[in-house]
This record gives sequence, structure tokens and C-alpha cells, in this order.
Amino acid sequence: MKIVVAIKQVPDTATQVKVGGDGKSIETAGITWIVSPYDEFAVEEALRIKEKRGQGEVVAVSLGPDRVKEALRSCLAMGCDRAIHVNDPAWANADTLTTARALAAVIKQEAPGLALFGRQAIDDDAGAVPVQVAEILEWPCAYWVMEETIDAAGKSVRAGRQVEGGLEIFDLPLPAVLSAQKGLNEPRYPTLKGIMGAKKKEIKDLKAADLALTTEAPQLSVVGLEALPPRPPGRIVEGDVQTAVKELVRSLREDAKAI
Amino acid sequence: MPALWCVVEDDRKGTPKKVMAEVIGEATRLNAGAVEAVWLTDKASEEGLRQLGEWGATRVLLAENAALSPYRGEVWTKVLADLAARESPRAILGPVTSRQRELMARLAARLGVGLAADVVALKLDGDKLVATRPVYAGKLLARVTWAKGPWLATLRPNVFRPADAQSGRAAKIERIDVAVPEAKMKLVERKEEVSTGLPELTEAETVISGGRGMKGPENYVILEDMARVIGAAVGASRAAVDAGWRPHRFQIGQTGRTISPKLYLGFGVSGAIQHLAGMRTSKVIVAVNKDPEAPIFKIADYGIVGDLFEVVPALTQEFKKLLEK
Repeated sequence: MKIVVAIKQVPDTATQVKVGGDGKSIETAGITWIVSPYDEFAVEEALRIKEKRGQGEVVAVSLGPDRVKEALRSCLAMGCDRAIHVNDPAWANADTLTTARALAAVIKQEAPGLALFGRQAIDDDAGAVPVQVAEILEWPCAYWVMEETIDAAGKSVRAGRQVEGGLEIFDLPLPAVLSAQKGLNEPRYPTLKGIMGAKKKEIKDLKAADLALTTEAPQLSVVGLEALPPRPPGRIVEGDVQTAVKELVRSLREDAKAI
Repeated sequence: MPALWCVVEDDRKGTPKKVMAEVIGEATRLNAGAVEAVWLTDKASEEGLRQLGEWGATRVLLAENAALSPYRGEVWTKVLADLAARESPRAILGPVTSRQRELMARLAARLGVGLAADVVALKLDGDKLVATRPVYAGKLLARVTWAKGPWLATLRPNVFRPADAQSGRAAKIERIDVAVPEAKMKLVERKEEVSTGLPELTEAETVISGGRGMKGPENYVILEDMARVIGAAVGASRAAVDAGWRPHRFQIGQTGRTISPKLYLGFGVSGAIQHLAGMRTSKVIVAVNKDPEAPIFKIADYGIVGDLFEVVPALTQEFKKLLEK
């Protein structure tokens, strides 16, 4: 079975992000870039499916500027067979829908049995792209998947999605879209052999024209980006445990009106 | 003027969830069109319909059909898109829930419009709507706007002021026949979690969280005791979840749940960026930690530097005394 895994390169959580000069995007100088953590669950799951079935191909795909090659390279090092880099300056301000259209076009070309995504990218945290791809392709989709099993014939997948208060288990005919939630698996680290081997694997570049897509203005645009307003300074409630606890409860009741 | 739609999230038993008061309240405050509720369900209770009217919905578009249960994104999207094509609403708003997170994104793709997910503020600017949403682990706030309508947005629970219910205020109920398409995906089963008897994490007004300082899974019972006294949900930091002390569904943070309660109490939580991402929009933050340098004290409104194993039982007693009054 062929599996496409879509990934996004995002700033490392621990990196300090600052608003850039345009007031709409972040200052990219000095940022450490990583593969979005949820996407690593998706890559891992794709590799496990291939290993379990003893055959197949895992194709990593990502949309973004030149630096994204590095993220794709780390997916190849984890074990993906090849990669596709959707890289066109026309998509510099792509919103989720534009991104979903581009990725859906790639997936259509590749015609895999399964498309895997992380539940959301940890930069814009929208979580819209996986389901928008499913909607565009008219594929069924299980969102926030905690477990999955593909039947022996490769015709359907049984997936458990996390919902409030439980897990919903669905059968989906393939091809389908799954988005990975934490808990699905524990992603592997690339081995030295994997890292060396990744250098020889193919990363194909695609532009909007290669996908027969016209570039269009985003439907949702950022008009401003700002740092979170600082919280008012807090206070340390002093004294021994009994004194401090009494004073805390009084403050929560009378000052903060939180209890 | 075209209407502002509030897509109803219910308890799967015919009653809208409390978070709908927040969505309807915010839609009303926008003052940008008639506020209407759209309810897709297999069963709507009379009580639920009355509730939507009391919160301020002027009309309820009710699509009641057994084939709408269980929720499947592919089915609901089609039904809602057909309704939107017929009625041309100005905005379609819903709360961030496991269903609507998916539904709204699918709907946006189907209608070819933008979606602002997980917003914490909405503001009308002339004839444009501007939404504010946290990005980059909540370190920054982005203001976004739509190229065209309908404006689709999901609203973070516990952030928007709920509508005051006014008894006697009633919505016009319009029952709609909908064509429900055949779903490709089929529900096999729903595994309910063993109920803790405590509120759901993302919906709770008060959340208690235990971090690495809890020292082990057996100690969470002291937090649960406190939770029962004050009606709180109990969550955990990633460190505690990764250590296997709590199941992942209780994790608060970037790779867990995002919460925004009125009151957050963190015990033995250091306040790693990854945790702050999931709780920094809480209204009041209390932190108890042995380490005075713990980063959580930087964002806490109230802090106690001390041993949580002494503070927690004393605090539970104090809460008990207060609430028994």
C-alpha cells in the first residue's frame, strides 16, 4: 500500500518567536525549525503500517519555502521512501484552504491508499488542513486518531478517534484520511544509517503549475500579529501553610471572585 | 441583514451544551445580524429548544433526523452546506469541540471560505469581522479576517461571556427536512471512559492540574478530593503523562488539551512552555511549587512556594469550610 504523509515544518516550541517587521508574520532569523510533533506521529504510523504489511511505499509531502527540505530530509531519515516538496513563492501567504488544495492535488496525483496527517501544526494550531483535504478529495476522514488497524486486504481501516468522554471507533473504506493524535505511537529516532541513506533519497519539487492549480488570494489573512499582553503581576502568598492557604482562599473569593 | 448562525453542540441526548450560551452571547454582542441557532441532531428536546430561545436565538433551524446520529463529518458538512446555500448566513459560529473542530473546517473547504479556528475574540470592523486567535503555542495573538463570507469561526470555550437566559424569550422553531447522504464511514462502537464523576477538562470552569511534583500516580487522589469539593476537572502536565501517571486525555498543553477555565490551580507544575500553551488564557492562575524559580510563577496570579503534599489537604479543608457556609 502506498501511504502519503503530509508534514509541516514549524518553529521548535522552545524557540522564542517574535513579531517580524511587517507586523503580520514572525521574525524567522535565529529560529530552530522542526517537524511538527503531531506530524511525527503520522510518519511513525505510516512506517509501522508499511513494516507490518511487509510492503508498500511511504511518501512524505510538505508545502513551504526552501528550508522545508530539511524537514522532509528528517522524514526520509526516519524511513520514508521519498519526498515531495511543494514549493512556490505564490503560496507564501497560503491559508489552510490553499494549503489543503495543494496537498489534495498532490495526493490525487499519487493516488495512495491512505493519507496521514498530524492533528494540527503547532504554529498556527488551526487543525483544518487534514479534514479540508478529505473534503476536497471526498474521502472519509477520522480526526484525532488514537489507534488504527488496516484490514489484510487493504480495503478499509478501523480507527479510534478521541472525543469528549471517550473513543469512537469507525470503519472507513480506503482511501481515507487519518489525523494523528498524541498517544497513537511513540515516534522513532532516525538511525545513523537512516540519516546517511536519506541523503540519497529523492525529494521532488513541485510548483503550482505542476499541479494544474491557479494561485489565488487566501480566504483568511492575517491583519496583525502581536505578543500576548503580559498578565498583571501576581503575588506570592507568604506565611506558613495554614496562613497562606487561608489568605489564598480569601483572595480567590473576595478579590478574584474565582470561587 | 443576513443572519449569524450558531451551530448547536449538544450532549447527544437532546440538550445543547452550556458552551452554546457563550456562542450565542458573543453573536448577540456582535450586533451584526439576527442570531439564529442551527441544530443538527437525531433528537432535540423541548427543553433544549426553549433554552436556545432564552439565551437569545431568534430562530432555531432544526434538522432532526435519525440518520444524523452518530456525528460523521462527511454527512453533517453536506447537510449544513446545503442549508447555508439556501439561507446565505453572514457568519457560521460554533464552539471548539471534537465535532465542530472538524465540521467547521470541512464546511469552510466545501463553501470555499476561510475558517478562524479557536478564536478568543471577535470584533466587527466596518463591514469586516476580525477574529483574534492564539498562535505559536499561545505566545502570540494573530488577528485574522475573511476575504468573503460567510465568516466561519470556532470559539474557545470559557472565554466569551455567556448570554443571560431570559425566561419567556422564545425562538421561532423551524423544522427542516434535510436530505442526509449515505456515509462512507460507519460507527463500530463508542467506548465511554470510566467516569470520574468530575467535569470534562475542556468544559470545566475550574481545573486542577498536577505535574511532576505529584511524584506518582497514586497521589492524584488528593487532587481528586479537592476537585470534588470545588467541582473541578483534574488534568496533568506532559511530564506527568509521559511518566505514565495519567492517561493522555488528561494532558493540558500543546500536545494535549487547551483549556481556558475561570480558575486554574497547578500543583507541582513547573510551567514549561508546552504546558503554558494549553492554559495561559485561564482567567485566574494559582501555582503551588516547591521551587520559587519555577516558570509558572511568572504567569500565576497567586503563588504559594511550598510542599504541595502539605498545601493540598489544607487547601481542600479551607475550600470545604468556605463552601459549606
